Amino acid sequence: MSTALAISKRELFAYFSTPLAYVFIVIFLALAGATTFYFGGFFQRGQADLQAFFSFHPWLYLFLIPAVGMRLWAEERKSGTIELLMTLPVSTTQAVAGKFIAAWIFAGIALALTFPIWITVNYLGSPDNGVIFAGYVASFLMAGAFLAIGSFVSALTRNQVIAFVITAAVCFLFMMSGLEPVQSAFRGWASAFVVDLVASLSFLTNFDAITRGVFDLRDFVYLASVIGVFLFANVVIVDLKKGS
Amino acid sequence: MGTMLDIQGLTKQFGQFTAVDDVSFSVAAGEVLGFLGPNGSGKSTTMKMVTGFLTPTAGTAIVCGNDVTRDPIAVKRHIGYLPEGAPLYDDMTASGMLSFVADVRGLSGADRRNGIDNAVEKLQLNEVFNQQIGTLSKGFKRRVGLAQAILHDPDVLILDEPTDGLDPNQKHHVRELIADMSKDKVIVISTHVLEEVDAVCSRAIVIARGKMIADGTPADLEQRSSYYNAVSVRLHRDHVPGLKEALGGIGDIERIETADDHGDTAHVLVMAKNGATIIETVNARMRDRSIAIEQLYVERGRLEDVFRQLTGDDQGDAK
Repeated sequence: MSTALAISKRELFAYFSTPLAYVFIVIFLALAGATTFYFGGFFQRGQADLQAFFSFHPWLYLFLIPAVGMRLWAEERKSGTIELLMTLPVSTTQAVAGKFIAAWIFAGIALALTFPIWITVNYLGSPDNGVIFAGYVASFLMAGAFLAIGSFVSALTRNQVIAFVITAAVCFLFMMSGLEPVQSAFRGWASAFVVDLVASLSFLTNFDAITRGVFDLRDFVYLASVIGVFLFANVVIVDLKKGS
Repeated sequence: MGTMLDIQGLTKQFGQFTAVDDVSFSVAAGEVLGFLGPNGSGKSTTMKMVTGFLTPTAGTAIVCGNDVTRDPIAVKRHIGYLPEGAPLYDDMTASGMLSFVADVRGLSGADRRNGIDNAVEKLQLNEVFNQQIGTLSKGFKRRVGLAQAILHDPDVLILDEPTDGLDPNQKHHVRELIADMSKDKVIVISTHVLEEVDAVCSRAIVIARGKMIADGTPADLEQRSSYYNAVSVRLHRDHVPGLKEALGGIGDIERIETADDHGDTAHVLVMAKNGATIIETVNARMRDRSIAIEQLYVERGRLEDVFRQLTGDDQGDAK
């Protein structure tokens, strides 16, 4: 565990040693604010909740999170440092976990810095803070799911731009699988079970349910299992491709 | 201490291509093994398998009693490794890099402090300790790479081209360092700089096209050179025909090569057949004919020449 933490520490440090971290945080906060107030109609809704805030998170994550995940493995392979890392007494699982945790903490820091909006909504009215807390947890989990996908894709290539684009595309598919265009594409030929299965894989469906205050443990479990599955695949890919 | 590194039938295939083909040898504590071969001959691939980075297609390496295919983590704990090109995290400082490696290796307290201090001192990293690695010169980067390899005082030190890109002073320093550390360790260095083998190695293995083709002390290898025991004579150009005539009919002479030196001096190289000792005969014949010479010495045999004989010089550009 301490090995994985040593790797996390280094990775986290690496984020903050480049402008990427600050650019990411500033843009995330600016966009989170802009979408909430302009597109989400935070004031016009006249409701003391953060639905307008959370509902845009999947879209922000869609293009911001791949930027956080893209360097995790692609950079190691490109610069050759993967050979240094993987010849230290570290298991692949520890390395994958360590890197993922660092990226997740980083995303968590950005998310935590949106706290003024939680204060604002409490100042303006009396929201259900339980729902808001659940929303934050769900948003954090979803960021983790996107990151797990990003980390996995990053291990497939040495090129960070390719990692970014593919991660964004895969995340987009995961998001959209619950929406009508995708559903109707399946409805024509697949059984109702398959259609429901595809719908249930959607980040949006799972995420919206939580932020609306509909607590279903399965939504949390779903996001957590996406993280698990992609990190497992990540370990396999790193083992397969580290030498090439 | 006995054998600390035992390589058994190590083989690596990439698709149809066999990069390393059934390489076996063992190294005991105190030995400095030079691993020689042209580029692409499988040196680095062998090292990557021993250090647990690549999984062998067949065979294994036993490091201090641990099998790298069964317990790679235990093997990695015993090894200090400098990968080819000394890759490092450019965004970290030298100090951050060494701390990171110490943390991952689980060093703490006094061990950690001493390990880092010792490595910094040995590689003279004080002046760049807090500088970002990306901004360092090639020589300093290499030294940071060496520092991270030795900071846990490993039993087995594997260095892939440790002096590549260093200036002569730095090369000398690194060689001293290697000699200094070799007492109770196994050190394996790969190189294609042959003077290095002479300078630091107690044993040399030559590998070409993935196969081991020679294993011996540097002196053993030198004996395989066609220059071994050749006699080198420098004398005035006008005396060359006389010398050639004087040396006629000696059975142990393979052939005589002449090259112009600067000025009026010529350089004659008398090659011995199968490394026979010819110096006395040559000397006697010259004395008999009173040929005036400027310089006379016996060639030790050139590793470079042996290397080319063994590996074939067409290999140079092959993948």
